[in-house]
Amino acid sequence: MAQGRISGCTAPRASRARRAALAIALFAAAGAAHAAPAYVDIPATSFLSVIETGPDAKPQRIAAFALRVEPVTNAQFLAFVNAHPQWQRGRAPSLFADAGYLSHWQSADALGGTALPGQPVTRVSWFAAQAYCESEHARLPSWLEWERAAAASDTVADARGDAAWRRQLLDWYAKPSTGALAGVGGTPNLYGVRDLHGLVWEWVEDYAALMVTADSRDQNDPDRLKFCGAAALSLRDRENYALLMRIAMLSSLKAADTTANLGFRCARSLPTTVTP
Amino acid sequence: MNTICRHMTESEHESLPCLCCGHLATRCERTHGPDTEAVRRPVARWLATALGALLLALGLAFACARADEPLPGDSVYQLELPLVDQDGTAFDFGAGRGRPRLVSMFYSSCKYVCPMIVDTLKKTEHALDPARRAGVDVLLVSLDPDTDTPAALKQLAAQRHIDLPRWRLANTDATHVRRLAAVLGIQYKQLGKAEFSHSTVLVLLDAQGRIVARSEKLGEADPAFVAAVERQLAGG
Repeated sequence: MAQGRISGCTAPRASRARRAALAIALFAAAGAAHAAPAYVDIPATSFLSVIETGPDAKPQRIAAFALRVEPVTNAQFLAFVNAHPQWQRGRAPSLFADAGYLSHWQSADALGGTALPGQPVTRVSWFAAQAYCESEHARLPSWLEWERAAAASDTVADARGDAAWRRQLLDWYAKPSTGALAGVGGTPNLYGVRDLHGLVWEWVEDYAALMVTADSRDQNDPDRLKFCGAAALSLRDRENYALLMRIAMLSSLKAADTTANLGFRCARSLPTTVTP
Repeated sequence: MNTICRHMTESEHESLPCLCCGHLATRCERTHGPDTEAVRRPVARWLATALGALLLALGLAFACARADEPLPGDSVYQLELPLVDQDGTAFDFGAGRGRPRLVSMFYSSCKYVCPMIVDTLKKTEHALDPARRAGVDVLLVSLDPDTDTPAALKQLAAQRHIDLPRWRLANTDATHVRRLAAVLGIQYKQLGKAEFSHSTVLVLLDAQGRIVARSEKLGEADPAFVAAVERQLAGG
């Protein structure tokens, strides 16, 4: 079922096959036992974000891109830090990762019993997430890319107007996050992307630009000159609490912060195609 | 539409340079007269150059002496950041190690940069003990690498009578702009082509690249910030 949806993407199959072949070749060369992480193409579209900077905001053009099907797991991040020891817990400079970085792992190079291989990796900073994505020849998605992919239900590209779907998201956000995280591999959405909702918060490349106020971390200082330009974003679509919560959470972070429920997935730009 | 500008009266607009008001950019296009001061008194100029070179050499020696030590974990020089300055010279962010440094980010959609940031930096310097002023470097990194080419930065430096090479205006690619903004705690958002919304922060780095003070005061020197610079110049 998911396969059928993925093949419904607009990108030509040949190019995807070529990329897959290349990825397989790379992994075979590296002698890796497991398959390369899957990415799916998300077609170009015009999209109106819940964040807007003016009263007459127009939909923005989002180019086609590839998005990682699943968030990065503990096992995958472990392989990364083993290959790049400068990102091990205890070795990453405090500039790039706070004291909580990977603190739920048993040690710098072992998951132990409390962090399962198939769980999404959490307690990672924005810098660490970026470094990981670079190792997959990828980058973090922009907020707009993430929001656009996450707007899809399993049947429609933009389910944001669907009250039942929104209710489903809210149920997750309302659930206390005290239990153990589930493994990755939830139900795929229209594009075949899994776990965009219901598992973890996710870093985005431009998380720091999701400014709701001049500086949401310093609300006691209403010094207007501190901020230049259209910082005071108005939030459209107040029905969409689930996304607003995510935006509020991301805006409150600093790049070295790590939290128990914050993971990430990567994205890749696609070669630009000429559109009429 | 620019929030701050929207809140201001016309006279406030006039007193505020083009920094925040992309749509009022034309106001910033006043031209400065030719810099006659610089060509006067060649002897004084030669002396100043020689003294500058001597200080630079001393500074380099100091930097080299410390370069072997590992960087502190909270040093912003942990960030690999390739920069290109107003002369088109490539250099690394960490090359500033060894001397205190004032860092900020700006953009120049109105061609002549955010003048208030430059003004505030100049006023901050002016408030320092003149004998020590030359001991601090200044680095301004553009948020808008597409517009702020080395040539544009060079032009800006000339127009604003910026003290090169102690001051350096630089650009880098968009990914590194985001990373630098992240380590400096500067928030910004691109609003359109060559228009940005950003927090205006002056950051003081010690010789090892640790953030020791920040100021969000614009238009005048912030006394607490000036005192922090003085402390760095006095040897930490």
